[in-house]
Amino acid sequence: MDAMKMIRRAGLLLLAAFAMVTTSLPAAAIDIERVVSKGGIEAWLVRDAKNPIIAMQFAFEGGSERDPEGKLGLALMAASTMDEGAGDLDSQAFQGKLDENSITLSFSAGRDGFVGQLTTLRETKDTAFDLMRLALTKPRFDMDAVERIRGQLLTSLRRSQADPNYWAQMAFGETVFPGHAYGRPQRGTAQTLAAVTRDDLVQFARTRLSRQGLKVAVSGDITAKELAPLLDKLFGTLPAKAELAPVADVKPAAEGKTILVPRPIPQTVLILAHGGLDRSDPDWYAATILNYALGGGGFSSRLMDEVREKRGLTYGIGSSLQSYDHANLITVSGSTVNDKAAEAISVTKQIWGEVAKNGITEAELRDAQTYLTGSFPLQFTNNGAIAGLLLQVQRDDLGIDYLNKRNDLLNAVTISDVKRVAERLLDPARLTTILVGQPTGITPDGTLHK
Amino acid sequence: MSLVIQNARPETRRRWRALAAGAALSALVGLTTVLPAAARVFDPETFTLKNGMQVVVINNPRAPVVSHMVWYKVGSADEEPGKSGLAHYLEHLMFKGTEKLKPSEFSRTVARNGGRDNAFTAYDYTAYFENIARDRLELVMGMEADRMVNLRLTDDIVLPERKVIQEERRQRTENEPASRLFEQLYSLLFVHHPYGTPIIGWMHEIEKLTTQDALDFYKRHYAPNNAILVVAGDITAKELKPLAEKTYGQIAPVDNIPARVRVIEPPTEGARRITLTDDQVRQPNWTRIWKAPSYNAGEKQYANALEVLENILADGATSRLYKSLVVEQKIAAGVSLSYNPSALDLGTLSISATPAPGQDVASMEAAIDAELAKLLSGGVTDAEVASAKVRLRRDAIFARDSLQGPAYSFGVALTTGQTVADVEAWPDRIAAVTREQVEAAARHVLAQNNHVTGILMPAAQVEAAPAAAASAAGGAK
Repeated sequence: MDAMKMIRRAGLLLLAAFAMVTTSLPAAAIDIERVVSKGGIEAWLVRDAKNPIIAMQFAFEGGSERDPEGKLGLALMAASTMDEGAGDLDSQAFQGKLDENSITLSFSAGRDGFVGQLTTLRETKDTAFDLMRLALTKPRFDMDAVERIRGQLLTSLRRSQADPNYWAQMAFGETVFPGHAYGRPQRGTAQTLAAVTRDDLVQFARTRLSRQGLKVAVSGDITAKELAPLLDKLFGTLPAKAELAPVADVKPAAEGKTILVPRPIPQTVLILAHGGLDRSDPDWYAATILNYALGGGGFSSRLMDEVREKRGLTYGIGSSLQSYDHANLITVSGSTVNDKAAEAISVTKQIWGEVAKNGITEAELRDAQTYLTGSFPLQFTNNGAIAGLLLQVQRDDLGIDYLNKRNDLLNAVTISDVKRVAERLLDPARLTTILVGQPTGITPDGTLHK
Repeated sequence: MSLVIQNARPETRRRWRALAAGAALSALVGLTTVLPAAARVFDPETFTLKNGMQVVVINNPRAPVVSHMVWYKVGSADEEPGKSGLAHYLEHLMFKGTEKLKPSEFSRTVARNGGRDNAFTAYDYTAYFENIARDRLELVMGMEADRMVNLRLTDDIVLPERKVIQEERRQRTENEPASRLFEQLYSLLFVHHPYGTPIIGWMHEIEKLTTQDALDFYKRHYAPNNAILVVAGDITAKELKPLAEKTYGQIAPVDNIPARVRVIEPPTEGARRITLTDDQVRQPNWTRIWKAPSYNAGEKQYANALEVLENILADGATSRLYKSLVVEQKIAAGVSLSYNPSALDLGTLSISATPAPGQDVASMEAAIDAELAKLLSGGVTDAEVASAKVRLRRDAIFARDSLQGPAYSFGVALTTGQTVADVEAWPDRIAAVTREQVEAAARHVLAQNNHVTGILMPAAQVEAAPAAAASAAGGAK
């Protein structure tokens, strides 16, 4: 990086600091132990005894995208009821043990995966792992608890419907992935949530939680020797394979189309998107840098600079590179007062076209590299974040040495790599636009959820 | 730049531990009881520079990074009448350059060095932070010290940012019916005190704020002797002190920092209530807010007892309100209670609840009233108090597992009338709370009838939809 230039601009009295400006991390960012139990279950562990806390996260293959069409929200409902009583403990007894021991145990269902999380003090770890084992292997799904959770999911869904972002996401899925599992609402609808039965939940737990493709990550005050037998205890009795209906790969549809969800609100919420890049694509790191320069870089991106800083059209606008098991996207999202929506979209498309044609500058490349590499250790500051990162690396199949290789991969990207990927990836004419609000000066190709 | 800490809307089921990792942990300040190894919470070091700037250092060597925060003892409640939103506007403008730094160059420089920066404004404080590798600490300290005194503002930069803030208000408040209701509720609860004015400001006043307003506010309130430096991470006081002296230590103190004396809220009487009906709302919701003592104002001897009460009533699925209203009576889908003791002036206590499908707001409110009446007449048990105190102690251990959380706790405490020692002694104060004190505190707050109640309702034409959906859900039973 051009340290001298920065000194002049910053004009500070701190010459000493600049001598230390480098772009590399300490040699080993983090030490990960691969722990394999007697039963063959693998976990990645970062041990740290500074605080007597243990955080665990694990993922099963297949999430809400596998919900049957008439029972959308099934995976979410299973995630929300598995901690509502297990074994001999009914909901209040189970939750009482969690509360009284300050244990956090929860499940969540996302696209492509079903995730469990456990956080406990070291002193309560036996109870915590025992409760997790019960939830995984002997969930009760008592009708009383199932109906209570159904009511909560329904009211929470209706609450979200007052938020224009909810409608933007709905319309986005329907427009970009019509007829595909990714296009359907992960949280279901009032009708589909009502259709989920106790048998569906029992079946879900029996067939979907398996050792196949299971990924486990742990961070905190526990040794490999302590962890190994716990892995067998937690997961050893699960079936070897899951029953997973296949999901087709899908390409984003409605390229170039503009879809409006009319709402009588003062500000228009917008999403623009087209196809992205697979996580395993050799150009992924070049695309990561491209995305940072476009709109992934907080205050330091072209979108923020042009749309917010120079024109005051938005409080926030950003882009993101999203890779799922069966589809890839690059998206822009933001919001702007109704009568400026057309201008915000036009500026965004202009930036898109300009970067597609000319790539980014050398300075933007360097800034992206120093940010993306230099900020990496900020993710290693607490057990929950570390466990989450270890899990993601496993789910993306990047290898146990990835965290120590990542910065080199980013630093190896050249300006011509970025130009190549920009040409290949970005095309303003292909952007699908979703608008929620009452934008002026825009003629949509269609409307949804009037 | 600029996350405004608004009055947080409570979640249906409290997930307090998640807060320990982030910056939005208003309920977190303090924490802990008898910790096994170190009998204190965060074990900070503290010193004061010659110009009066207080410094707090919390060592946390987990990763080679630091969270560097500067907190100013000024917030939206220190604005003059008619200038609402000014503290927050200035917070945005602090990123617009100095004599030495071009507009936007602050954040770009931080990012270029692998750091993340942002800022936030609340009623009682304004804070700026950079999370960054420890070997870049001196760089950000120099830049933060620079903008404490050398901010340069011109209309061509200031005016587009005012539009950004208007967009922020539209995004946070005007597009969100529940946020609009909260704004109205606070203005009803505090009839005279500036806590009744939204932090982000009223739109008609935001649009009239000028460059000169921002500069005047800056000159009046931004000075080393009105600021606190908090650094957490891979650093000790011994290492930090020379850097602090070289940067912040070079700035002269300002003599006439205005005293933080806000108008005194008069006694209010009578229960007040509003119903906000909106086309976008699909799910009714109910909230009640009481004025309550804070650590620093009102009958503050009740503050710790109210924290214990909060835990008994609403922490987790086996807490009193959840168990009674959601699990047993099935009248609410969710209920939460939030007590905020960290305020320079009065605090607040609020309860929010969502009726279960098929239930109406009025019956749910009656059930909540009955539950509170039961609390006031029957009190709490020794076992409930003991269990709550143990859990509060454990909260503190979890709070230590965070880079920015501890720094945030000290920033809030020191800008709202507390000391470093107060934060560290919090476990002892919690340990000393008795059942009688919890009951007296409950009576002191919840027996007041001058609360405000807010109901969010769907507009008439869509009211039929949730009822239909509810019967669909009921049909599956």
